[in-house]
This record gives sequence, C-alpha cells and structure tokens, in this order.
Amino acid sequence: MRLAALIPAFALGLAACASTPPDAVRGTGDLGVVIERAAGRVQVIEHSHNTRLGTIAGLGDLSHAHVAFSRDARYAYVFGRDGGLTKVDLLTRRIDKRVIQAGNSIGGSVSQNGKLVVAQNYEPGGIKAFDADTLELLADVPAEYAPGKFSRVVGLADVSGQRFVYALFDANEIRVTDFSDPKNPVTTRYPAGKQPYDGLVTPDGRYFLAGLFGEDGISLLDLWKPEAGARKILAGYGRGEEKLPVFKMPHLRGWSLAAGQAWLPAIGRHEVLVADAGTWAETGRIPVKGQPVFVMARPDGRQIWVNFAFPDNEWVQVIDTVDKRVVHTFSPGKAVLHMEFTPRGENVWLSSRDSNRVSVVDTATFAVRKELPADAPSGIFFTSRAQRIGF
Amino acid sequence: MDRPLLLHVAVLLGLTALAVSAAQSAEPPQPDPARQQALVHMVRQDCGSCHGMRLTGGLGPALTPERLAEWPDDSLVATIIHGRPGTAMPGWERFLNESEAGWIVARLKQGFPPLD
Ligand code: HEC
Repeated sequence: MRLAALIPAFALGLAACASTPPDAVRGTGDLGVVIERAAGRVQVIEHSHNTRLGTIAGLGDLSHAHVAFSRDARYAYVFGRDGGLTKVDLLTRRIDKRVIQAGNSIGGSVSQNGKLVVAQNYEPGGIKAFDADTLELLADVPAEYAPGKFSRVVGLADVSGQRFVYALFDANEIRVTDFSDPKNPVTTRYPAGKQPYDGLVTPDGRYFLAGLFGEDGISLLDLWKPEAGARKILAGYGRGEEKLPVFKMPHLRGWSLAAGQAWLPAIGRHEVLVADAGTWAETGRIPVKGQPVFVMARPDGRQIWVNFAFPDNEWVQVIDTVDKRVVHTFSPGKAVLHMEFTPRGENVWLSSRDSNRVSVVDTATFAVRKELPADAPSGIFFTSRAQRIGF
Repeated sequence: MDRPLLLHVAVLLGLTALAVSAAQSAEPPQPDPARQQALVHMVRQDCGSCHGMRLTGGLGPALTPERLAEWPDDSLVATIIHGRPGTAMPGWERFLNESEAGWIVARLKQGFPPLD
C-alpha cells in the first residue's frame, strides 16, 4: 500500500525534473551557454542529456560574444560587442548584474583566484578589471602606445598570479598586466610581430602565442622567462607566396596543444601549421578545405577539429594527430561558427548559424547524436572552462 | 509557422518599397528582391564578422551613415570589390559585382536594413 502510494509521487518528482524548474537543486558541471547572436539572447543547455534548459534575453549586441565562467561555475559572464558585460545566473536563468563597460568589446577572462573579471576592448582600446561578484570597476588599463593613441586589444588570457596577457593589434606588442593589487595594476610591455590578431596561453599558462596578421609567423612569450622578450616562431611559413584572401579572422585559445605539438591556423593559406611544443620548430603543415578559423584539439589530444572562414564555412574537418592528416570531412549545417567539446571529449557541439541549429556529434563515430534548434547560434561555451587556465 | 511567413511578406514589401523609392533617384540597377535579401544577410553576418553585426565596427571600422558620408561612392565600391591591400579588408569580387557593391554602399549610407 505504502509503496503504491509512493510511486505516483516519485513519478511526479521525475516529471518535475524533466522540465527543470529554475529552483531545482542540481550541479553546474554539465551546463553551457549557446549564443543566439542576432537575438541578443543565450540558451542555457546541459550536455549530460543534451537538452535546452532555458533562455536569457536582453544581453545586447552579441556578435563576437564571448563567455567566461565564475569559479563556482554558477555564473556566466557574457561579453557583448556593444561593451555590455552581463553576469548571468545559470541556475535561476536570470541576469544577476549588467554593466555597459566599453563602446566595443570582444571578450574577457577571469583571474586565477576567481575574484576579477577582466574585459578586453577595442573602444576605448584597453582592458578593464571588475569585481567578479558585483561587477564594480576596479581598474582601467588603457592600451596607450603613443600619446593619445590606444590600440585594440586581442587575445586576453588569464595566467597565474592574477596576471593577464594580451596583444595590441595596432601597436605590435604583447603586454602583461599584474592585478595582484587590483586597484594598482602593473603593466609590462614586450615588442612583438606585426598586427597580432588573437592570442592563447598553453594549458599550463607558460607560453603566450600571438597569431600575426601582418606577417607570416607567431610571436611567442615565455612567461617563465618574460625578460627574454617575445620571439618569432613559424616565421615565413607563407614562403613569400601571395596570400589568399582572409574573409574571417581565425581564433586562438589554449585548445591548440595536442600530442606534444601546437596546431595553429595559417593566415592566407589553407593550412593548419604544426609546431613542436618543446622547440617550437615547424614539424608539419596539413592542407585543409579553406581558411581555418578554429583549430581545436579534442581534450584527449587525439583529434583536431577545424572549421573555416566564409565561403567554406559549411565544412568541418577532423585531423588525426598521429597520422597528421585529415580523416573526416563533413557539413553539420550552413555557416558553422563554433565548436565546443564536452569536458572529456566524447561529443562535440557545433553551431550552424544559417541552419539555425546546434548539432551534437559523437567524436568517435562522427554520428550526429542530436540536433537542437537555435536562432542564428554562434559561440558555445561549457562551464568546464571555469577550471582551465587561459579561457 | 505564420510568423516567419508574415515577416517574409513584410520584408519583401519593405524591399519593394525601397526599390521603388530608390528607382526614383539616380542609382545603379537594383538587385532583385531575393538577391537583396541575400546581400543584407551577407553584410550583417559575414561583413559583420569584422565590422560588427550592427556595423558599429570591430577589426574593421564602423560602416554607419555618419562615418561613410564623406567617402565618394566609387571609392567605397572599389574598397569592397578589391579590398585594401596591406589591411585586413579583403576583396569580395568573387561574390559581388560592382552594381551589387553599389547597392550595398547606397544602403550603408542611408542606414543599413535589418536582418529579416
Ligand atoms: C576580415 C575582416 C573584414 C571583413 C570580413 C570585411 N571587412 Fe571591410 N574592412 C576591414 C578593415 C580592417 C577595413 C579598414 C581598412 C583600412 O585600414 O583602410 C575595412 C574597410 C571597409 C570599408 C571602408 C570604410 C572605411 O572607413 O575605411 C568598407 C566600405 C568596407 N570595409 C565594407 C565591407 C563590406 C561591405 C564587407 C563584406 C562584403 C566587408 N567590409 C568585410 C575588414 C573587413
């Protein structure tokens, strides 16, 4: 009798879970955010069962939006193109705090101790540090490179000691700003190659690599020996040949290291460049379908997934890191803008802007596990980023 | 199902109205409505990856009426078709002809239409 009475209650409980009311007790380790760029909205998703939990609107211009996560992986910091910085609660699916911190922004990152959120801005060129709880402005660090001239900032990455590394597109420099005393940051400047367009730190936070648009090569700064300055690797990879047009800039992040090698997009060549991650000497180059945009290692390092700039942006290619060749080419939809691996890499989520969907693909079999509708989706960001250096 | 259809009709009507009003001033030949829609999409989304979806600037400068007002149309068309060597602005001649680039420039100068 008693058991029979319990069953309906239990079933009810399950039904309630299925619709996941905002106040349900749950973890956040399998949550993520999908940017719906034109709608100024994000979807909150979970990748244990591949479902959408809800949406949060009112986030402004989300072209080139970037997301970082609080240390407890409950909050997403959404950086909008229009300078909006919004702290979103993934559990209640509400906006917790929102500030307009710049005129034109392209992203940001969280400090090692989780206490600072730092935004990188094009207008006004520079970086700004905010209290991660309240979004109160703590420090403004303009990227001034000549009197009254401010550079657009790219490639911002958090490293140990509340330091942030970034590059100056307009000033051919790498800078390191130390926020140990948040209100009195200290910045060191390192001359670098021409027109750095993005940057990354290796997963251990030791090397900062700035991809260059203005010349063939990558600027590399060893943060364990910063006094040695930045040096150039993969110099002259274009071999003096004329560049192919680049219809979208590649993006770099700390997912480029796999199998002891760095896997990097060439600029103006339809190639992925491979360098030894100890000596930084070129060890290979892999011809691909178009101008690579994201060159991302599966978390175990056995595969590299590549998407492409317009007009080849319906394609995705998978490179085997042992054979150093493309093993799979497919199209999950039109205008594939971003990919995100689940934390251990059994699945990858891909956004197809012009097909209005997100596809979940099994990385072992390449089978499509699920397709979720989304309005012109761009970036996909999982909370596992909260625990990684340089994201 | 109804809403997208309605929107579609509204956009087509809007584009037709644009085409009619534009035809009265001396402008380059108009792309047909479907092509116009494709061009709006291309500018907001693909040009938008550098100029911002709202065309307020990014790696490329803002393409707002205020900013473009002083540039002669010909020179902007040439920038779009051939790009600016030595900068990140690529040439789009594989995807656009001059009259389409002219149509884009005219729209940019008067405030670019929204996505459908
Ligand atoms: C890969 C990045 C990129 C893409 C994509 C791109 N542009 Fe540009 N564009 C630039 C840059 C950078 C400049 C500034 C060049 C310079 O420094 O003179 C520019 C300049 C321009 C200008 C001249 C404006 C001015 O004030 O100098 C126009 C017009 C323009 N772009 C239109 C377009 C259109 C239309 C498209 C799409 C068909 C497009 N752009 C796509 C990067 C881009």
